[in-house]
Amino acid sequence: MMQIIGTWIAAGLTLAIFSFLYKDNPFYKFAEHLYVGVSAAYAILYVLYFDVKPLLVDKFISEQGGERWILLVPAAFGLMMLARWIPKVSWLSRWSIALTVGIAAGLGITGQIQGILLPQIRGTLVPLTTVNNVLMVVGVISTLIYFYFSAAHKGALRYGARLGMVFIMMAFGASFGYTVMARISLLIGRLHFLVYEWLRLVK
Amino acid sequence: MKIFEKIANIDSRIIYLLLLLVVLIPLVFKLVLPINLSDPVKQAYQAIEQLPEGSVVMFSVDYDASSAPEIQPMLLATLRHAFSKKHKVVLLGQWALGLPFGEIGLNEVAPQFNARYGVDYVNLGYRPGYRAQMVGLGREIRDFYATDYKGTPLDQIPLMQGIHNYNDIDLLVGLEAGQAGEEWIQFAGARYGLNIIIGATGVIAPDMFHYMQARQIRGLIGGLQGAAEYETMINHLGTGVAGMVAQSWAHLLLLGFIIAGNVGYFVVRRRKQS
Amino acid sequence: MKKEIPLAITFITGLIIIVTFFIPHQPLGTMQQRLLIWYSIVLGFTMLLGMDSLLRSNLQRIARRSPGWPFALVLIIGFLGTLAAGIYTWATSESLLSLGSSFMYVYTYFIIPLQATMFSLLAFFIASAAYRAFRARTLEATLLLITAAVVMLGRVPIGAEISQWLPDSASWIMEVPQMAAKRGIFIGVALGTIAMSLRVILGLERTYLT
Repeated sequence: MMQIIGTWIAAGLTLAIFSFLYKDNPFYKFAEHLYVGVSAAYAILYVLYFDVKPLLVDKFISEQGGERWILLVPAAFGLMMLARWIPKVSWLSRWSIALTVGIAAGLGITGQIQGILLPQIRGTLVPLTTVNNVLMVVGVISTLIYFYFSAAHKGALRYGARLGMVFIMMAFGASFGYTVMARISLLIGRLHFLVYEWLRLVK
Repeated sequence: MKIFEKIANIDSRIIYLLLLLVVLIPLVFKLVLPINLSDPVKQAYQAIEQLPEGSVVMFSVDYDASSAPEIQPMLLATLRHAFSKKHKVVLLGQWALGLPFGEIGLNEVAPQFNARYGVDYVNLGYRPGYRAQMVGLGREIRDFYATDYKGTPLDQIPLMQGIHNYNDIDLLVGLEAGQAGEEWIQFAGARYGLNIIIGATGVIAPDMFHYMQARQIRGLIGGLQGAAEYETMINHLGTGVAGMVAQSWAHLLLLGFIIAGNVGYFVVRRRKQS
Repeated sequence: MKKEIPLAITFITGLIIIVTFFIPHQPLGTMQQRLLIWYSIVLGFTMLLGMDSLLRSNLQRIARRSPGWPFALVLIIGFLGTLAAGIYTWATSESLLSLGSSFMYVYTYFIIPLQATMFSLLAFFIASAAYRAFRARTLEATLLLITAAVVMLGRVPIGAEISQWLPDSASWIMEVPQMAAKRGIFIGVALGTIAMSLRVILGLERTYLT
């Protein structure tokens, strides 16, 4: 019974949001506000259940000695992040931001070099024995030239940049095609729900 | 010649209605078309297929409801494939709003293969931290996940007893709707040599081909079409295949709109100029 | 001191992470692992940052009976209801994700349809935008349009029904020119990220402190 009620609620909310396509209206506004409220509570519970409890509280209980007390450091950094709520001490949140930014930047440098730069350059160094390989190498180099702004795009650079533009446009076109696929899939998903689970028009 | 002006000025609501119809009709009449298999999806399939029985496959649920229609069929298909090969499944998630999809998927597929929780599969849950977590798991999973999502210590879970870091994971199936896929490639793949296949939304998939070519990932399932291909390969048709006629018709309609928009625009413009 | 300490924190943490990449042995390895866990913990707290203003502004809207205040009430009720469902599930169920729990009920019948439908609207908007904005005015735009058309047809089953040339061409576009351009872009982005990260660690880039 609860499942049937739930399905009707879900269908009602789905239609309320679809109603926006006709024009903005109270049903849509209702669903929109409900979404924000529900998601916010969900995020709070998630932080408590999957972050604060296992990584701070449970560890504080299970750890011994110094390891236990050192957990107060990340707890303090976490709370300092929330200092943004209180204007007088909001500057404290910079400490927490600095911690996350420092770690993210450190990881960013190593990750980008090891994970993208080197393997991607290695992937470009292919024998130029096939048309596709030649095209690929030309495509990578000309795209890089297009984004090279330290010198004016004159002479050879101009032709390189122009060629790069051709490759970039093809990439954007391909991305657009895939994005269309993605967006239509989302609509299919909702209509699938309405047809198969709510109306049960099809078994 | 008024027809061209009409073509150039179709009301948005007519466009919406036509799109709704071309998606709805194939779904109601359950129309299907044969699915063409592509190399990146075949390679993703092979990555799971060729693992020896009992290998450990980690699934990362990095999406939420906003892209679930595309990726949930991938999760179900790859889970089915993994369980059918008697692989062990370790699931976790990088998206707070998405982890329940992992749980829903496991509960749907595992019973069909008599897979038992804790022995054949485990759900570790979610932790914030993306890249930091990915690097940290390479050293010790327990540092981030001392327990599974229910709070059971990992050492009390039979499946997890010998699993400590990426050395004990044979393959990662990253199901991606955002940045996390790239981070898995950088911080688990490049840094620790973890084998990865990616299932990605249509928006993300084009950004994965250069990783395929550089062999940084071993397979790519892109968009609903990718999901439909995987379903076809494991011979278990699901919502991926079911949606592809609607998808086809919608693409045709959109191309029709683009052509109509261009024809209307250029004819009206030429007339104004003359 | 309000700026110096954060700059020092960024410098030290960034440096530890980089050095540990090359020397992962003790004590650096343990130190890095500790920092990574801290990062995870602190990042969780950032998810709470918007709550304060969200709740305060909506409660104010209700208190002042501002226009549209009933919707603010819906937001608050949704928030409190979900919170109650979550706390109840936490207290009585095996886990927050237990299927059949009140929290998962809210997830399944509220969050999924709301979020999924919100994003599915994009299907309609992309159709309308394609009709209105996708014009073959220049050579580049025409190229973009043709590529999009081939990929759109080639990546769905109807493409192969029309001609096998379509899926083959779509695959070629994805694997050769598209891939080459994306690689160029990603290499450029990587160089930019590395430069920016260095500036951040060295304290030259300070916008994150404002």
